[in-house]
Amino acid sequence: MKELIVISGKGGTGKTSLLAAFASLAKGMVLCDADVDAADLHLIMDPRIVERHDFESGHTAVINPDMCTQCGLCQVMCKWNAISEAFIVDPIACEGCGVCYYFCPEKAIAFPQDTCGEWFLSDTRFGPMAHARLGIAEENSGKLVSLIRRQGKLLAEKKNLDLLLTDGPPGIGCPVIASLGGATAALIVTEPTISGRHDMERVAELVAFFRVPAMVCVNKYDLNPEMGQAIEAYTKEKNMTVLGSIPFDPVFTKAMVQGKTVIEYDPHSDGALAVKNIWEDLARHLGL
Amino acid sequence: MIISIASGKGGTGKTTIATNLAVSLGGDVQLLDCDVEEPNAYLFIRPEIHETVVINTPVPEVDMKKCNLCGKCQDICQFKAIVIMSKTVLPFSELCHSCGGCMRVCPENAITETGREIGVIERGSRNGLEFVHGKLRVGEAMSPPLIRKVREYARPGAMTIIDAPPGTSCPVIAAMKGADFVLLVTEPTPFGMHDLKLAVGAVKILNIPCGLVISRSDMGDDRVREYAEGLRMPILMEIPFDRKIAEAYSRGEMLVKVMPEWKERFLNLHHRIAEILSQTPTQNNHQESRKRDVL
Repeated sequence: MKELIVISGKGGTGKTSLLAAFASLAKGMVLCDADVDAADLHLIMDPRIVERHDFESGHTAVINPDMCTQCGLCQVMCKWNAISEAFIVDPIACEGCGVCYYFCPEKAIAFPQDTCGEWFLSDTRFGPMAHARLGIAEENSGKLVSLIRRQGKLLAEKKNLDLLLTDGPPGIGCPVIASLGGATAALIVTEPTISGRHDMERVAELVAFFRVPAMVCVNKYDLNPEMGQAIEAYTKEKNMTVLGSIPFDPVFTKAMVQGKTVIEYDPHSDGALAVKNIWEDLARHLGL
Repeated sequence: MIISIASGKGGTGKTTIATNLAVSLGGDVQLLDCDVEEPNAYLFIRPEIHETVVINTPVPEVDMKKCNLCGKCQDICQFKAIVIMSKTVLPFSELCHSCGGCMRVCPENAITETGREIGVIERGSRNGLEFVHGKLRVGEAMSPPLIRKVREYARPGAMTIIDAPPGTSCPVIAAMKGADFVLLVTEPTPFGMHDLKLAVGAVKILNIPCGLVISRSDMGDDRVREYAEGLRMPILMEIPFDRKIAEAYSRGEMLVKVMPEWKERFLNLHHRIAEILSQTPTQNNHQESRKRDVL
C-alpha cells in the first residue's frame, strides 16, 4: 500500500483543496485527514459517518478538596503552574505528567484519563475516509494523527485499496512529525512568497530527516514567478521532485464555497487543468 | 497590554496583521513571533538581531553506578520517556516533557538533569520596534515550551503584539493565554468559517475578549459575517483581495510601506481594540472573576 502525505509548512497554501481534487481523480483510494487540529477536508467530502469513537489519551489531575490539607507540595512540584492558590487544577495548564498525583501525601489527587476528541470512519462519494476532531485546547494531536493514519491503513486493507491520500497538518511540530513516519512520499504544497519559501525549506528539512521522498508543487505561481523559479531551483538542488505548478485561480474558492472539488466544480478551469497535470505526474511517480 | 493575533486556519494573514500593526504603532512596542514552527514575521520586519539564545529543556540523565533498576522512574513517567531495558535505563529525551518526576522519585538520586535543545530565541530591533522570535529546531516535536520562553520577553507596560501559530491545540493556547485581547483573523470561506469557530472556542475557554479581522473579504460568502454578528463579535477590519497586496506580500514588503493609506487603518484597528478593552473589566478583574467562576 502507498501513502501520499500532503503537507506545506505554511498554512493556507491550498493543501486541502488540492488533496480534495486528487480524490476526484484517483481511483480506489482511502482519504485520511491528519490535520486533526483544524480538520477541513470533511467540508468538501461531506462524509457519512459509519463508525464514531472517542479518542482517549493523556490524563488531567483533579484535587479532591475534602481530602486536601493544602500542604502546598503539589504547587511546588508542578512545573506548569497549573495549581491555583485555592488548590484547583487548571485543566488547560495541566500537562498530565502525574507528578502531583504521585507525590500527594494525602492521596487527594485523582488522575482520570482524558477524552480529547473523536475519530470517525466514514463513506464519501470518492471512497472511504478516516478523520477526527481533536477537542479545542487539547493535547496529544500527534497521537491522534498516528491513530488516524493507522485506521486509514486498516480501512484500505479491509477494502482492498492500494492508496492512502493523507491531508497533513501545517508547521513542523509534533503532528507533522507523526504524519511523516512510514509515508511513501510527501507532497509539499507551497506558494511563491517569501514566507512560503521559508516554511517550505524548513518542512523539507524535516521530511529529509525522516528519509521520506519529497515532491514540491507551487500554488498561485503567477503571483510571483521569480519566487516560484527560486523555489523550484531549491527543490532540484535538494534532490526533491518539482511537481508542476498551479496558477492563482479564484475557482478554488468558488468550488470550496459550493462544497465541491475544483474538478467537480469546473473541470475546464485553469486551476482544474493544472491539478490534472500534477495528478498524472504524481501517479507516475508513485507507480499507480 | 498584550494583543495576540491568532486564527484556526493557517494562511489567513496573521503575520500581515501582526507586523503591520506593530510598525504602525509608535512608542514602546514589541513584536513577539510565537509561531515558532514557522516564524515569518522577521521576513517582513527584517530586524537587526543582537542576541541569540539557545533554549534547552531539562531531560534526565541516569548514573548507572547509582541506579538499582527499581523501575520507579519508568512507573511515574506518563510519556514513556524513560524505560528499563534489561540491565539499563534508557531515557528517550525527545519524548520527555520535562516534568521532573523521574528525578524526584528516584530513591538513589541516580537521575540528574541535562538539556535537550528545542530551538533558539533571537532578539533584535528595527526602527525602535523591539523584536523577539523563537525558531523551533527542525525535528523537535514540542513547541509550547519554546513559545512560553518567547513570551517571557513580554515587558509589563509595553504594547506587546504576539503572532500566534495556527490551529487550536496546545501551541495556540500557549500563545494566547494571559493576553488582554485576541484578534482573530479569518477568510470568508467554508474552511475559514469552520476553523474560526474552533478558534473562538479556544478564546472562550481562556475567557479573553476578542475581535475579528476578515482578510480577502471579497472572496467567498457571507457566513463568517453572519456568524460574527450572531456572536456580537466585532469585525474590526476587512482587507479585500488585492493583487497588489498579495504581490507585495510575496516579496516580503510591508503593506503599510507599499500602500501607506493602510497605516491609518491599523491605527484605527488599535484604537478600536483599546476602546473595547476600556469597556470590559481589566485583566486583573477578569482573572479574579475567572477564579470566582472556578470556585
